[in-house]
Amino acid sequence: MGLKALDYETLNENVKKVQYAVRGELYLRASELQKEGKKIIFTNVGNPHALGQKPLTFPRQVVALCQAPFLLDDPNVGLLFPADALARAKHYLSLTSGGLGAYSDSRGIPGVRKEVAEFIERRDGYPSNPELIFLTDGASKGVMQILNCIIRGQGDGILVPVPQYPLYSATISLLGGSLVPYYLEETANWGLDINNLRESVAQARFKGITVRAMVIINPGNPTGQCLSEANLREILNFCYQENLVLLGDEVYQQNIYQDERPFISARKVLMDMGPPISKEVQLVSFHTVSKGYWGECGQRGGYFEMTNLPPQTVDEIYKIASIALSPNVPAQIFMGLMVNPLKPGDISYEQFVRESQGILESLRRRARIMTDGFNSCKNVVCNFTEGAMYSFPQIRLPPKAIEAAKKAGKVPDVFYCLKLLEATGISTVPGSGFGQKDGVFHLRTTILPAEEDMPAIMSSFKKFNDEFMNQYEDNWNHSRM
Amino acid sequence: MGVKALDYESLNENVKEVQYAVRGELYLRASELQKEGKKIIFTNVGNPHALGQKPLTFPRQVIALCQAPFLLDDPNVGQLFPADAIARARHYLSLTPGGLGAYSDSRGLPGIRKEVAEFIERRDGYSSDPELIFLTDGASKGVMQILNCIIRGQGDGVLVPVPQYPLYSATISLYGGSLVPYYLEESANWGLDVNNLRESVAQARFNGITVRAMVIINPGNPTGQCLSEANLREVLNFCHRENLVLLGDEVYQQNIYQDERPFISSRKVLMDMGQPISKEVQLVSFHTVSKGYWGECGQRGGYFEMTNIPPKTVDEIYKISSISLSPNVPAQIFMGLMVNPPKAGDISYEQYVRESKGILESLRRRARMMTDGFNSCKNVVCNFTEGAMYSFPQIRLPPKAIEASKNAGKVPDVFYCLKLLEATGISTVPGSGFGQKEGVFHLRTTILPAEEDMPEIMSSFKKFNDEFMEQYEAVKI
Repeated sequence: MGLKALDYETLNENVKKVQYAVRGELYLRASELQKEGKKIIFTNVGNPHALGQKPLTFPRQVVALCQAPFLLDDPNVGLLFPADALARAKHYLSLTSGGLGAYSDSRGIPGVRKEVAEFIERRDGYPSNPELIFLTDGASKGVMQILNCIIRGQGDGILVPVPQYPLYSATISLLGGSLVPYYLEETANWGLDINNLRESVAQARFKGITVRAMVIINPGNPTGQCLSEANLREILNFCYQENLVLLGDEVYQQNIYQDERPFISARKVLMDMGPPISKEVQLVSFHTVSKGYWGECGQRGGYFEMTNLPPQTVDEIYKIASIALSPNVPAQIFMGLMVNPLKPGDISYEQFVRESQGILESLRRRARIMTDGFNSCKNVVCNFTEGAMYSFPQIRLPPKAIEAAKKAGKVPDVFYCLKLLEATGISTVPGSGFGQKDGVFHLRTTILPAEEDMPAIMSSFKKFNDEFMNQYEDNWNHSRM
Repeated sequence: MGVKALDYESLNENVKEVQYAVRGELYLRASELQKEGKKIIFTNVGNPHALGQKPLTFPRQVIALCQAPFLLDDPNVGQLFPADAIARARHYLSLTPGGLGAYSDSRGLPGIRKEVAEFIERRDGYSSDPELIFLTDGASKGVMQILNCIIRGQGDGVLVPVPQYPLYSATISLYGGSLVPYYLEESANWGLDVNNLRESVAQARFNGITVRAMVIINPGNPTGQCLSEANLREVLNFCHRENLVLLGDEVYQQNIYQDERPFISSRKVLMDMGQPISKEVQLVSFHTVSKGYWGECGQRGGYFEMTNIPPKTVDEIYKISSISLSPNVPAQIFMGLMVNPPKAGDISYEQYVRESKGILESLRRRARMMTDGFNSCKNVVCNFTEGAMYSFPQIRLPPKAIEASKNAGKVPDVFYCLKLLEATGISTVPGSGFGQKEGVFHLRTTILPAEEDMPEIMSSFKKFNDEFMEQYEAVKI
């Protein structure tokens, strides 16, 4: 029998080229160790509930009622659910075409898309059209869909920040396009320098690549930096001059841990800049229920909003969305609840605020604890986590460590992270999974472990790191004798 | 300013080539009319709850508790939820790494994949490996993922039944592959004839296409036919000889409306056939929570099971799944509940059986009502819906109707279906969306409208159809 279609050798090459480190080598090794009974602290994915963060109560009450609408007819329902949750459940059920078990419109429930538009309008001060908002099974699916429209072949390039969240590199590989990296400046708090952008585009064009779109992740992942308004204006001007679609990954817009640079959306800045640019730059903005202080990753809820896209293109995107029929309906309700939260006076308002603030303030404290903790370690330098959910310390590996890594057949930061895992149970993602400058190494961890566990985790890390550094620096000293 | 990346002209060509009729022209027109206040009966998608089918109570109780686990600590919880739902919720919560809000493993929760494997083993009598079962956001996403592995370029062909569910044609277009049609025999109850298969493959190869995989939809969509064991053996032998991966779309396996041909899975037949074939044919089987008597379309829950796929390929498929992190967790629990329903003796068992039977028996009756109703109409011939959720009557359009449609710039069955929609509010999908032999026209409707509404719907259809036929058969003097 010859080679079969699902033999490895004959698979779609694009599939084989994809690399996705977030659930890569470190994660697999951590899972093995966990099966063997070792206690593992998974900090490889932004997955708050898996590390003990509690879901917000009100949305869960509403979705539970929506899943079991017969409860609304039960005389005892008030024993378990507050009146505002009951009212909200009735509201969302009325927006569906048959409850949570019916496919919705492929773009999402119209009533929820309207709520998203109203949220965007309140946030930015400009009207938003629900017809240009599509709900998706998580923001990642939306990103993949839009990139699939843009990438025609290998000659099409997408500007992606380095370090970047590997959804972008993986998807560009999968779709057979070219990734055009632009480097963020670690010494300038991971800032975005327009000159780096220009250089990257020039290099790509020199190689014959048509640069078609630019991705910004704001706040950044893994780097956490929050873009300033001036930066966003520069970027939008740049996209305008260079004829690039801007893809604004804004999934961490609620995770801001400093007050100098609050979140400002790409769309708001674009609208502020007025015509012609506000009517010309094609922009797609992405958001999710997975992050912020909701952290509802497992529900898979997201949306994208299209600005300045021609109607025919919007139709094509709708057409492709319709192949998979509809996004999951429960998550659409989570999205509605997220953009349309409780108001003062609502029965559940105080609890909602208390829970939300509790989470956000704790995240802010953990961002600081972690940054300071890393900076107290030998050969580790860490920028402050201004936003998002990650810490991305630079690990200055001694030459002998790099040599040992090569001997073990491992990329240096993978080598370090595996040893960290084996010694402490802390499962991270090596910086090589996100891209970094040559010879510079990082790891990404999340700031999500419970606050009470943080001190132990950071001291466990410090102990491992400082011993590792001593070991690989001492050997060198000894060998010189 | 030059052409921009998201201008229509410069989009990925594959995107533009895709056609997907299920939510196409008819659906858009129906939505417009609905906005204008007209009462529309949407029969264009297999979407039971949208047409009044009630969800099964027990799974919804379990999921509600899983979404709000704090209820489990409330002393009053027993006033609203039976003890077995409470126990089951605790069970599923214990399988998650942090409740429904945490990403699961990208392949799905291990505990649920184990329940799926146990279900398959009970159903087929052969052991199943949970490591080869991946949960997905609906079966469609799983199909798209597998096809993406198989299609390397335009030169790769996938055998697809005609008429087919347009997920396949759309996805093959999207990935730049080639659809190789094999025709089902309408006059033989939409049966699968291996000679048609051979012919299709020969033609494709003559055109320089490498035929890599074959899709079977069993029970069929839109045609409803249930494949016999003999047919499945033929198909598997064919795949073995011709070196094809078999993709077994079995999402309607619970929707069987006749007793001559109960559902039998491709995997069972493959295993029954013994070696070497049982160890050689690469098979991927798909299932869902959207159909059957559950009809939980909106939850988006499905799985695929891989048989005889090499470990390195399984790793690649896992890698791709991990890009979108994980399938949604609530639907995974629905899947667990579906493959592991209440048992005799459980508090909720009788209600569960009553609700399930009620739905299935009604579907069986509606399959009959609709088939008979269509067969009573002028120039309409309809095979019995043996399974699945659709009726696919053949509409024998008079030449004058075909002419009128050409004048209107419409494909003939689209023309007919639009007029049906305008006259009666019944929104169907024209047969051209599924593929059909040239000059033969059909429409697809579902058997899902409420049983009490069926007589009126069928008589409304008959009135329109018979008037249409009279109008276009009227000979000019």
